[in-house]
Amino acid sequence: MADEEEDIILSELNDEELVQQMFDDLYDGLREEIEEGVNILLERGWEPYRVLTEALVGAMTIVGNDFRDGILFVPEVLLAANAMKGGMAILKPLLVETGAPRMGKMVIGTVKGDIHDIGKNLVAMMMEGAGFEVVDLGINNAADAYIDALIAEEADILGMSALLTTTMPYMKTVIDQLAEKGIRDDYIVLVGGAPLNEEFGKAIGADAYCRDAAVAVETAKDFISRKHNQMAAG
Amino acid sequence: MSSEDDRLTIHGMGPETAPAPTLGPDAPSPSPGQRVLLLACGALAREILAIRDQAGLSHMDLMCLPAILHNSPQKIPDAVAEAVARHRDAYDRIFVVYGDCGTGGLLQARCEELGVEMMPGPHCYAFFEGVPRFAEIQEQEFTAFYLTDFLVRQFDAFVTRPLGLDRHPELREMYFGNYEKLVYQAQTDDADLDAKARDCAAFLGLAYERRLTGYGDLERELRAL
Repeated sequence: MADEEEDIILSELNDEELVQQMFDDLYDGLREEIEEGVNILLERGWEPYRVLTEALVGAMTIVGNDFRDGILFVPEVLLAANAMKGGMAILKPLLVETGAPRMGKMVIGTVKGDIHDIGKNLVAMMMEGAGFEVVDLGINNAADAYIDALIAEEADILGMSALLTTTMPYMKTVIDQLAEKGIRDDYIVLVGGAPLNEEFGKAIGADAYCRDAAVAVETAKDFISRKHNQMAAG
Repeated sequence: MSSEDDRLTIHGMGPETAPAPTLGPDAPSPSPGQRVLLLACGALAREILAIRDQAGLSHMDLMCLPAILHNSPQKIPDAVAEAVARHRDAYDRIFVVYGDCGTGGLLQARCEELGVEMMPGPHCYAFFEGVPRFAEIQEQEFTAFYLTDFLVRQFDAFVTRPLGLDRHPELREMYFGNYEKLVYQAQTDDADLDAKARDCAAFLGLAYERRLTGYGDLERELRAL
C-alpha cells in the first residue's frame, strides 16, 4: 500500500480523484500532500471557499465521525487536524480576498487555570472551515478577557473550553458576569470539554454543551440561523 | 513488578481479602464483624494495600477497577456501579477510592444514588498532596503535569502509547506545549522511580520537580473508616 501511495502523482489526477485522494491523505495526516492538493485545486481555478468546504472540511468531517465512533483516536485526529491546518494556512488569506460567506463571529478560549487547548483548537479550526470568523484568545482566560473581546469584536458567539473538573465551574463565573453587565443575551454561549455534559451546560446557563467540534459547528449554525430568523421577524 | 502494574492497568484486581489482623497499639478497632470493601482505581492498589497492612485495617478488602479507565473517564461511573451491585451483599460498607477523575461530578452523583461514600477531591494528585493544599497550589501551578509512583511506572501505558508519542513524537508539542514542568508526587522514597520520572520529564520537554507527598489524605481517610 505504501508503495502504491508513493506512486500517486496528485497533479495527474482529475478533480474528483484528487479530492478523493485528499480525503485519504487528510485521514492519514499527510500535511504536505494536503498542501500540495490545495495548491493544485487553486491552480485549476477552484474558488478557495470550494476547496475549503469540499476537500478539507469534507475530509475532516469523516475524521470527526470516525473519532466519535471510536474508529480513530486522539493521535490520528491530531495528525489529520495538523494536515488540515496546513491547507487552511494557504486558504485563509485567499478567503478574505475573495469574500467567502461569513456565518458569524466567535470568540473562543480555554478558561482561567486551564491550559488544555487541543479540543478548543479543533473547534476553532472547524468553525473557520464552516465560514465563521474566529477570534482565538488561547488558554487561561479570565472573564474580563472573554467579555472585552466579545464587545470589541462585536462577536455573535462565545466558546469556552475546559478539560479539568476543577476549572469547568469558571464558565459559570463568565456567564454570571455577562448577566451582571446585562449583555448575556447578546451572545450565544457554547461550552465544551471532556468532563462537561449537557446537564452542566444547562446548570451554568450556557446555550448549549457541544460534545465535539462537529456538534459545535452544527449548534452554532443552528443558533445563528435562529437569530437571523428572529431579527427578520422582529 | 511490571507485570503486576500492567495487570492493575488493564484488568484491575478482584476483591483481595485482608490478612489476619495484626493488632498493634495504634490499630483501630472496627465494629465487630463489619466488613468494608474499598472499591478503588487500580492506580492506587499498592498504596492502599501498604496503608491497610501497615495500619492493621484487617476489616478492609480491596477491589480495583482497571486503572486505564482514566483514559475514558465517562466509563468510570458505570464500572463503579456494576462493581457495587456485584459486591454490596457481601459487605457492610463500600468505600469508593476514586476522586472525581474527570467525570465532571457524575461519579459523585452515582455514588450518592448508590448510597456509597467516596474520597473527596478532584483526583488522586489532589489527595496525595492534600486536597486543600492542592487547590491552593493549583492557582499557581496549573502548567504542571503530575505523575504518581504508579504513573511513573506505567508512563508508557498511560502517556506514551495512548497519546501516540511512540509513533508520532512530533505530536509532543500539541499535547504538552502549554505545560512547563512535570511534578512527580512521590508516595515512596525510591531512587529508581525518581530517575525514571526525571526521564519522563525530559521526554516531554518539561522541567522536573519531585515532591515526597507520602499517602496524604488517602491514609487519613482510610484510617477513619
